[in-house]
Amino acid sequence: MVESKNSWKAWIYLSPAIVLLLVFTAWPIVNTVRMAFLENYSSMGAAGGITYQFGIGNFVQVLQYDKFITCLVNTMLLCVLTVPISTLLALIIAVCLNAIRPFQRLLQTIFFLPYVTNSIAIGMVFAAMFNMIGNNFGGENELIITAGIVNSVIEFFGGEPINWINAGSSYFHNMFVMVVYIVWNALPFKILVLLGGLQSVNKQYYEAAKVDGTSRLRTFTRITVPLLSPMIAYVVITGFIGGFKEYSSIVGIFGEDMGPTGDPRRLNTMVGFIYDSLSNHQGRASAAALILFGIIFIVTMINLYVSKKKTHY
Amino acid sequence: MTEQKTVTMQERDMQKVNVRQRVVKIAVQIMLYTFLVLMALIILFPFYFMLVSSVKSLAEYKEPIVSFAQTLWPRKVILYNYVEAFKTANLGRLFLNTMYVGIVSTLLSLVITVLTAFAFARLEFKGKNALFAALLATMMIPGELFTITNYATVSALHWKNTYTVLIVPFLVSVFYIYLLRQNFLQIPNELYLAAKVDGTSDLKYLWKVMIPLALPSLISITILKMMGAWNSYVWPRLVANDEAYHLITNGLRNAFTDAKGEVNIPVQMAAVAIVSFPLFLVFIFLRKYIMKGVSRSGIKG
Amino acid sequence: MKVVLQNLTKIFPSRNKKSNEEVVAVNDFTFEIPDGKLIGLLGPSGCGKSTTLYMISGLQKPTGGKIFFGDDDVTELSPENRGIGLVFQNYALYPHMTVMQNIMFPLQNLKGADKMDKSTMIERAYQAAKLVQIDELMDRKPSELSGGQQQRVAIARALVKMPKVLLLDEPLSNLDARLRLQTREEIRRIQKETGITTIFVTHDQEEAMSISDMIVVMKLGVLQQIGKPQEVYDDPANLFVAKFLGTPPINVFNGEVKDGKLYIGEEAVLDVAGVEDQKVTVGIRPEGFVVDENGPLTCNLNNVEIMGRDVSVVSTNESSQNPVIRSIVDSDTKIAAAETVRFSLKPHKVFLFNVETEERIRF
Repeated sequence: MVESKNSWKAWIYLSPAIVLLLVFTAWPIVNTVRMAFLENYSSMGAAGGITYQFGIGNFVQVLQYDKFITCLVNTMLLCVLTVPISTLLALIIAVCLNAIRPFQRLLQTIFFLPYVTNSIAIGMVFAAMFNMIGNNFGGENELIITAGIVNSVIEFFGGEPINWINAGSSYFHNMFVMVVYIVWNALPFKILVLLGGLQSVNKQYYEAAKVDGTSRLRTFTRITVPLLSPMIAYVVITGFIGGFKEYSSIVGIFGEDMGPTGDPRRLNTMVGFIYDSLSNHQGRASAAALILFGIIFIVTMINLYVSKKKTHY
Repeated sequence: MTEQKTVTMQERDMQKVNVRQRVVKIAVQIMLYTFLVLMALIILFPFYFMLVSSVKSLAEYKEPIVSFAQTLWPRKVILYNYVEAFKTANLGRLFLNTMYVGIVSTLLSLVITVLTAFAFARLEFKGKNALFAALLATMMIPGELFTITNYATVSALHWKNTYTVLIVPFLVSVFYIYLLRQNFLQIPNELYLAAKVDGTSDLKYLWKVMIPLALPSLISITILKMMGAWNSYVWPRLVANDEAYHLITNGLRNAFTDAKGEVNIPVQMAAVAIVSFPLFLVFIFLRKYIMKGVSRSGIKG
Repeated sequence: MKVVLQNLTKIFPSRNKKSNEEVVAVNDFTFEIPDGKLIGLLGPSGCGKSTTLYMISGLQKPTGGKIFFGDDDVTELSPENRGIGLVFQNYALYPHMTVMQNIMFPLQNLKGADKMDKSTMIERAYQAAKLVQIDELMDRKPSELSGGQQQRVAIARALVKMPKVLLLDEPLSNLDARLRLQTREEIRRIQKETGITTIFVTHDQEEAMSISDMIVVMKLGVLQQIGKPQEVYDDPANLFVAKFLGTPPINVFNGEVKDGKLYIGEEAVLDVAGVEDQKVTVGIRPEGFVVDENGPLTCNLNNVEIMGRDVSVVSTNESSQNPVIRSIVDSDTKIAAAETVRFSLKPHKVFLFNVETEERIRF
């Protein structure tokens, strides 16, 4: 490194980033903590001269708030369902992709396609696919006139159409659609990372296993998975982080009401809760954001701890 | 004589084993391809559904289902839905807005990222490591935590419903800085010293040597940033409720529900196709850079 | 341009924050490098030779002392104002530029009165390229060149500004053995042709000895000896220098001086009139041994290696500090197959050193 006495030069290079980071990153961190610990804080009120008590009231309130509990449960459920499913599916697809030669690149490209999509836009496609009725007035006397492709298939095989996402649909069916869409959306990144990991595994391990007459299943569980464990850990951690921040895929399918017609906010998530409280209840929103951060932090730490014990490196 | 016979028997048995092995191998390959092709079809199906629906007339789309094939293939291809989509959602305006925000924020973001990464990779100053560690630590914090205060900040600055509000708050990305710094660090320090001996200024060195050498990373950043603008939804919705500043995703979500709450799905699908198309184009031509950037980020957009 | 270093010192602050130990990379160097010569800075790794080179280049600032180019004090001058060319160990060619662009790069930075037009630049670039014989490769990228060719490009780039001093950091270390011989001749030729004062750093004594006009031997930041290669070899200032120069290396014995005679073990091997009685460390060059039936030094004979022109006698002796003694004798020498071999010694190939200070004791 060249020695120079003028380290002020470095600060000139850094200054644009520093200014923006101070305003849009550092200050929000400080301010969020501040607002979260001022009871019932609202910036409108603060501007009007109201002073707020220091305390943990926001946290207590948020955690006792039914709407927040709904959000918390939805978010947790989506995480717990989608992360294992998508990781396992991605692992199987990546291993299969790694075992073929012709068309490998083509298939790899196809499996990456969902990544380069707009999650709201494609959510609308999924909504259309799982649609049951063309309008909201599908009373008893009215015919079901538009069915999405999924119900067409069900009917084709002689089944009764299912109300997946429309008015009057059940929570179970709503969740099912969300899980399908989120898994579909989460696969590309996971396949990309896992396949990259597989391709960098030294071929000699497999040759050694072959020489020893190790079975395919044993090769997979005893060689592939352990060697791939850092990648799997990475994919699971990022999956959980993404899962806890789930929001726009639900908007894609259910719209900004975050639920089927007639039951808005049924599928709201923690991020959704924060946005809902954003403009009027900053104290509450801040507390929720800190809780979200805490959960992500804890889950990440647990994941890191487990993967440190389980990864074979 | 007997010996010769045992050899041939051994050979015969070996051959049996070889044949068996080959049969197993082929069977496994067939299974692999069957599974992968099936999965690929599932992955592709929503895109197919989008395209097929987008060329059906509303009447045809609404018809009661009589055959499965009818849903999978339009009786008559109608391209008018695309024109309709453009008009209904004002896609032209949304498209221009998005391009403007995307290009300006990408350019500014590149400049800031390059300067910052260069300082962290090549210059010496007090507190460098501590500052960098602090930056990396902020990556752990969910963006929503910043949004609460940033919303208040931009309101106070009277930035709501301007292009500025869509561009400025997201110019600095710690991840891009990290990505580029790593790339810069791979460039041998001797190149910098050689340039110093020749009297090259820092800025000229940055421009003539480091940027060309880090071009792949810069392209990755550009694409991801552009995709980010294309896909951004929440922030524009919060701070730009004036339609003149809507970005493409915002326009898309609500434009196709009519007064009765009924959605014209074929037109909606046409709009989705229009919005998805540029992304696919970019993907096809720049796949390498996207995949490279993405595999290291774990963050969408 | 002669280069003068005056009390040059470089102290690096400790990397470890807890201990405050500083690293003295270069300690109070003073020497003068005459104009138009090829000088080798020689020493084991970590001896401060590269730091010295970097201080001469201006890339590192000395903690104390001064550097003069001719009569000008350049200590405070930045690298680009010193008129130097520097060739890095890994060449540091810009990978995305062609050979031509690489060589022209330094010229494009010139400002003010030195600024030149494009055609002059091209002319100068070709001139430099011809000198190192790469003018046929101007359109290639560095990755398309062999190691030896890259080295030449790096030299051409260093020469194109017509520097007053050319600095080379371990110029041969990245080349394979065959190229190394060829390239060092090449460096010698280029230096002779241009007459530029050239300083190069190396840890390979053979390399330094073979092409340098002068070598500077360093150890742990301290200058050990400076002089013409042969002079330093024949007259080392201390045990370190004696050990560092020469292949095969010098043989070192524990010895003692008593009544003007040098004893190795029980045997008086040499007259060393004028040396006080004391224990000494004895260094004997491999070529200092003469096989002699009546010689005073008796060693256990291990084996005899015939290497064409020379014969290498491998033997052992209780007083030897090395596991084996290697001596090079004339191939005409007849050596009887026996348990022992006896040597007499050539006095000018025998050096005595103080056991404590390792300084030379002359006789």
